[in-house]
Amino acid sequence: MDSALIPKGVKRCPIWQFGLWIAANGAVLAWGVFAMLLVYIKGLNQTNMNNAYGFALWIWADLAVIALGGGAFFTGFLRYIVGKDELKNIINYAVLIGFICYSSALMILGFDIGQPLRGWFIFWHANVHSMLTEVAFCLTCYFGVLTIEYIPMVLENRKIDKVPFFHHLGHNMHEIMAVFAATGAFLSFFHQGSLGGVPGVMFGRPFGFREGVLVWPWTFFLFTWSAAAFGPCFTIFITKITETVTRKKLVKDNVIDLLAKISGWMIFFYVIAKIVDTVYWANVTAPARGLTFWDFYSNNPGSAYGIWILIAEVGVCGVLPALILIIPKLRQTQATLWLAVFLGVIGVCLNRWVMVLQVLAIPVLPFEDWFTYLPSWQEIATTLLPVAYGVIMISASYRYLPIFPQEQELNPIDEPAAPAEVGEPVPEPTGTGPEPELSPAES
Amino acid sequence: MENENAKKFGMVIDLDKCTGCGACMVACYAENNIPFREDDTDKMLSVSWMHVYKLNNGKSFPDYEECYLPRPCQHCEAHAGHSPCVSVCPATATDYDMSTGIVSQIYPRCFGCRYCMGACPYHVRQFNWWDPVWPDGMERMLNPEVSVRMRGVVEKCSFCIHRYQAAKDQAYMEDRREIEEDEYQTACTQACPAGAITFGDLNNPEHAVHQIAQPDAAHHGHSKNPKAFRLLERLGTNTKIYYLSRREWVRKAGDNYLKDEFKNKAHS
Repeated sequence: MDSALIPKGVKRCPIWQFGLWIAANGAVLAWGVFAMLLVYIKGLNQTNMNNAYGFALWIWADLAVIALGGGAFFTGFLRYIVGKDELKNIINYAVLIGFICYSSALMILGFDIGQPLRGWFIFWHANVHSMLTEVAFCLTCYFGVLTIEYIPMVLENRKIDKVPFFHHLGHNMHEIMAVFAATGAFLSFFHQGSLGGVPGVMFGRPFGFREGVLVWPWTFFLFTWSAAAFGPCFTIFITKITETVTRKKLVKDNVIDLLAKISGWMIFFYVIAKIVDTVYWANVTAPARGLTFWDFYSNNPGSAYGIWILIAEVGVCGVLPALILIIPKLRQTQATLWLAVFLGVIGVCLNRWVMVLQVLAIPVLPFEDWFTYLPSWQEIATTLLPVAYGVIMISASYRYLPIFPQEQELNPIDEPAAPAEVGEPVPEPTGTGPEPELSPAES
Repeated sequence: MENENAKKFGMVIDLDKCTGCGACMVACYAENNIPFREDDTDKMLSVSWMHVYKLNNGKSFPDYEECYLPRPCQHCEAHAGHSPCVSVCPATATDYDMSTGIVSQIYPRCFGCRYCMGACPYHVRQFNWWDPVWPDGMERMLNPEVSVRMRGVVEKCSFCIHRYQAAKDQAYMEDRREIEEDEYQTACTQACPAGAITFGDLNNPEHAVHQIAQPDAAHHGHSKNPKAFRLLERLGTNTKIYYLSRREWVRKAGDNYLKDEFKNKAHS
């Protein structure tokens, strides 16, 4: 039915199967939209946030998706600025994932404010001293950049591409994509950093506060670095999931290997910086405020914030994936590669969690206790909303756009654009091979 | 350039006098049109500009002691007015007034991001999770000098700044440039039956609050009074609420200390 829209030379599942998949995710999306409307209509009393937890699940989700979406700017930086040409075969997907992450972040921010109709005040009455102001400006601008980067992919749809204007527009946009990649990298450096600055400048909160350089606390640099380091893990992780779901090899191993290696070294140096930062904070910053390292990791209900969380974040989800991705034999083994990118994704999410939630959970006044928080169903539904939205966006983009330039070569078919049967045999991936012809995205 | 006539309004609360009666809280609610709900038992969701904490020394009878600690906004000056909350607000909805030392909150500009709440270690900033609903007839008893707040914005103690404005207006009408100490007093100060709260200009040596707190301008307002302390002074918040107590454990409860640090400090 929709075969005319499907890229040439690739197979897609039947429309009914695609429809069922979209409907299942659409149900989750609808649940999230219902919860979002409740929040918009009834207010933030629909959440389990309170006066101690002004920031909670949503802000964590914001920080997490922005960090995970960091794969877009860093892969673009490597592809267009550093000149890692192999990454042209995954840059489309990295941009799509980034686009989904950033649009999700903006959507969450839209309902996470008490007066949504006043959201524009952050631009109009901007306080230049606030890290959140910088986040708002850079994030919005970068979302614009991602949109510009995503549009040419949409224009490559078979039907749209037949319109001469769109064909030339897409072609010309590709010509200047390096400029947008550079702009995106510049903007990302600042908004990723500013998100790190959000807890870092809170000198009333000793767990989050850090010294730094000029107006930037150390967390500014750690957040940027970690987004660049772990973002590609998420890109690889989602690529691997997509390959599993579609039962196709979509990106050659040498491309994944290169991105994984760079990610591994970035994580390695990030973890060293994070350990140095933690040691300095534990021995200098916190004691200067009358607190010891263990004050932040003990006596809390259910040991929700015990020392385990630091070990999990820095050790299990930091050092371990770094080592796996650095060692060629391990990163080239599918099982350990899967493990490494999964741990990397968990690690950066855990880091964002502690830098939002644990900061607020810890009592600062000596006569207060730890504060506890469990999200309401409305918060959970609205946090799953972007996940369902992301799955639908990826599914539709994969079906109708030539997202993976190597797909055709890796999955040769006899008949062009014929709908695939369910359970059809999967061609053996070649792993390496001659360089394919350039996709429309690269032509 | 520093304004030599600048005021620095602040407070001294004598914890040895405070009985924990809560009159300050009630007065604050009435004066500032603070909203409340039918069931306001969850204090993490309610709004109270003045909150009274109950502290104890952690010992058993007969050594058990307790103390009530009223906590209004601390009106932090920090360094050059960069209070924890003021510097983080993305929409400039809160401001440090260098001429009074008061941290204000601009309700119609606040869009409810709650960053200021996270930045404040004293929990003085509270969010309006609901729109205010007043019991029948109570609308007519609201203070016309104070605007009511809507759902979705943050609010906090203002040091009853409308009273300061009224006092200044009065002085202007009487062709005076300055107001007297007793012309501007907060509602909680006047309501305290034990006289535990003293309010005034910390910069004015004639004001009682200055004489009791004895702020040392050379050391970010650190009190020279050995019985005085400020909450979480080590964070560098440079607050304007001074607490008094002759009991060492109470003074120690005002801040975090490493093992033996407070003892060494006390004997140094």
